[in-house]
Amino acid sequence: MAEFWINMGPQHPMTHGLWNMRIKVDGETIVDAVPIIGYLHRGMEKISEVREFQKVIVLTDRLCYVSSITWSHAYCLTVEELMDFEIPERAKWLRVIALELQRIASHLMWLAAFGPDLGLLTILLYSLRERELFLDLIEMMAGLRMNSNYTRVGGVRNDIPPEFERSCQRNIAYFLKKLDEYEKMMESSKTFLMRTQDIGRISKAEAINWGVTGPNLRGSGADVDIRRTIPYEVYDQIDWHTAVEQDCDSYARYKVRMIEMRESCSIILEALKKMPPGPFRAKPPRRAEGEAFRVTEDSRGEALFYVAADNDDRPYRVKVRSPIFCTLAAAPTMMIGHKVADLVSIMGSIDICVGEIDK
Amino acid sequence: MGNEEETLRHLKARFPKRLIEVGAVRPGVARMKIERRNLIEVCFYLKEELGFEHLSCISAVDWKDRFECVYHFTRYKDGAMLQLNAVIPHSDPKIESLCKLWKAADFHEREAYDMMGIIFEHHPNLRRILLPDNYEYFPLRKDFPQEVDRQYISRRKLKTGGA
Repeated sequence: MAEFWINMGPQHPMTHGLWNMRIKVDGETIVDAVPIIGYLHRGMEKISEVREFQKVIVLTDRLCYVSSITWSHAYCLTVEELMDFEIPERAKWLRVIALELQRIASHLMWLAAFGPDLGLLTILLYSLRERELFLDLIEMMAGLRMNSNYTRVGGVRNDIPPEFERSCQRNIAYFLKKLDEYEKMMESSKTFLMRTQDIGRISKAEAINWGVTGPNLRGSGADVDIRRTIPYEVYDQIDWHTAVEQDCDSYARYKVRMIEMRESCSIILEALKKMPPGPFRAKPPRRAEGEAFRVTEDSRGEALFYVAADNDDRPYRVKVRSPIFCTLAAAPTMMIGHKVADLVSIMGSIDICVGEIDK
Repeated sequence: MGNEEETLRHLKARFPKRLIEVGAVRPGVARMKIERRNLIEVCFYLKEELGFEHLSCISAVDWKDRFECVYHFTRYKDGAMLQLNAVIPHSDPKIESLCKLWKAADFHEREAYDMMGIIFEHHPNLRRILLPDNYEYFPLRKDFPQEVDRQYISRRKLKTGGA
C-alpha cells in the first residue's frame, strides 16, 4: 500500500493542547512521525529579560498551568542560587508540601485525560473530583487554585492556616482509599490493559540518550529521581520510595504515576509532622550577578532553569528546560511500528503539557 | 552527590591546555569554559570516559561581545553535574552539533538556532522549531528590540507623573 502523511492535530482530541503530530502511515502502521510544535509560543524567555526577578514568577506559573507551583519553585531555587541566598528552614518544608500537592493534582489531571483517550470515561470524572481535594488544599495554602503564585524568591508567599494540617490529613486519607479503588478499576479493564501493555516501548539506554526524564524514564527501568539523586530543599530528610517499573511501555508509565501519587501523600504527611516553626520568608537582595542553574523533579520530569544576570535587578537571560519538550523528541521512537490507534495511548501516557513545550 | 574535584582533576589531566576556566559551583557541580573547536573532543570524553550519560540542556546566551553555548550534563550514578560553556564569536555563530553523541541534542539545538541564530554544523535537520519557518529574526538576541516603555507603570507613578 502507498505510504502517506496524516496530520494528527493541531485540533485533535489526542493532543491535549495545540500541537501537531505528523505521521507517515503504511496502511494502519506508523512508519515515521514528526512532532510539529510552537503554536503556543509566548516568548516567555524574552519577556523575562525585562522583568524584575520577583515578577518573572507570574510567567513561570503559566509555563504549565496544571503544575504551576513546581515551575515557579524551580525558578525561585535558581534565582536564590544566583543570589547566594539561603531561605528560612520552614519555607523549605512549606515548599515541599506545596510541590507534592501540586504533583498529585497534576498526576490526577493526567489520569483524567489518559482514561478518555482510551475510551474509559469513568475515570475522567472520578479523578477530576479527587483533584478538587488537592486544589482546595492548594487554595488554602496559596489563596488560588491554579497559577497559584505561591513560591517567592526568598521563601513562600504566606504561612499555612492553622486548620490546614487537619484538612490535609483528612483529604489524603480519603484520597488514598479512592486511589486503591481506581487502580483496581483501571487494571480490571481489559480494554485498558490491551491498549497499554507492550505499547510504546522505549529501552532504558535509548530513553537516557534521548533525554527522557521523570516518570517516563522511571517507567523504562531507570532508578532516577532528582529528588533523590540531586536533593534540593529538604527531600534528603524525608523517607520515601522511588517508583520504578521495568516494562518500558505505556502501562509501566501509568503504574509509575500511580505509585508516585501514593509516595507524594506520604511525603506530605511526613513533612507536616517534621516542619519546624519559624519565619516563612526572608528578604532577598534585589540585584544579582553571574550565572546559576538548578534542576528539580517536575511532575513531568527534569526541569532545569539557567539564569544569567549582569548586576541588574532583572535577569539577563532565562532558559527553561522543559522535560516534555525532550520527551516529545523521543516520541517517534516509541510509536514507529505501532498502529495509528496506539498513538493515542502513547502520547497520553507520556503526559503532554503544551504550555511548557512551547514556552 | 558526585565529587566535583575528581571530575575536574580528570579533565585537567586529559585536556591540560584546552580548558579556559575551571571551577566548582557547589558540591557535586563543576563548571568549565572551552573554545568551540574543542567541543566534540571534550564531550566525547565526558560521555564515554567520565560517564555523563544525560545531556540536560543546551542554552545559548548573547553576551553582546560573544555568544556562549551552555551545556549541562548529568551523571545519574551519583548525581554529579557539569556545566560547559563554549565561546562562539559574534561574527561567525557556528558550532559543531552534538547530535551524534546525544539524540537529545536535536531539539535543543534546533531551539537554540531558532531563538539565537547559532548554526549547529552537521545537524541532521536544522530548521526552526517554535517560530514559523518564514520568520526572519532571531528574537532572543540582544539587538532584537523589546517594548519596555509601556511596562510597569505603577498607579503611584501615574498619579504623580513619574516621581
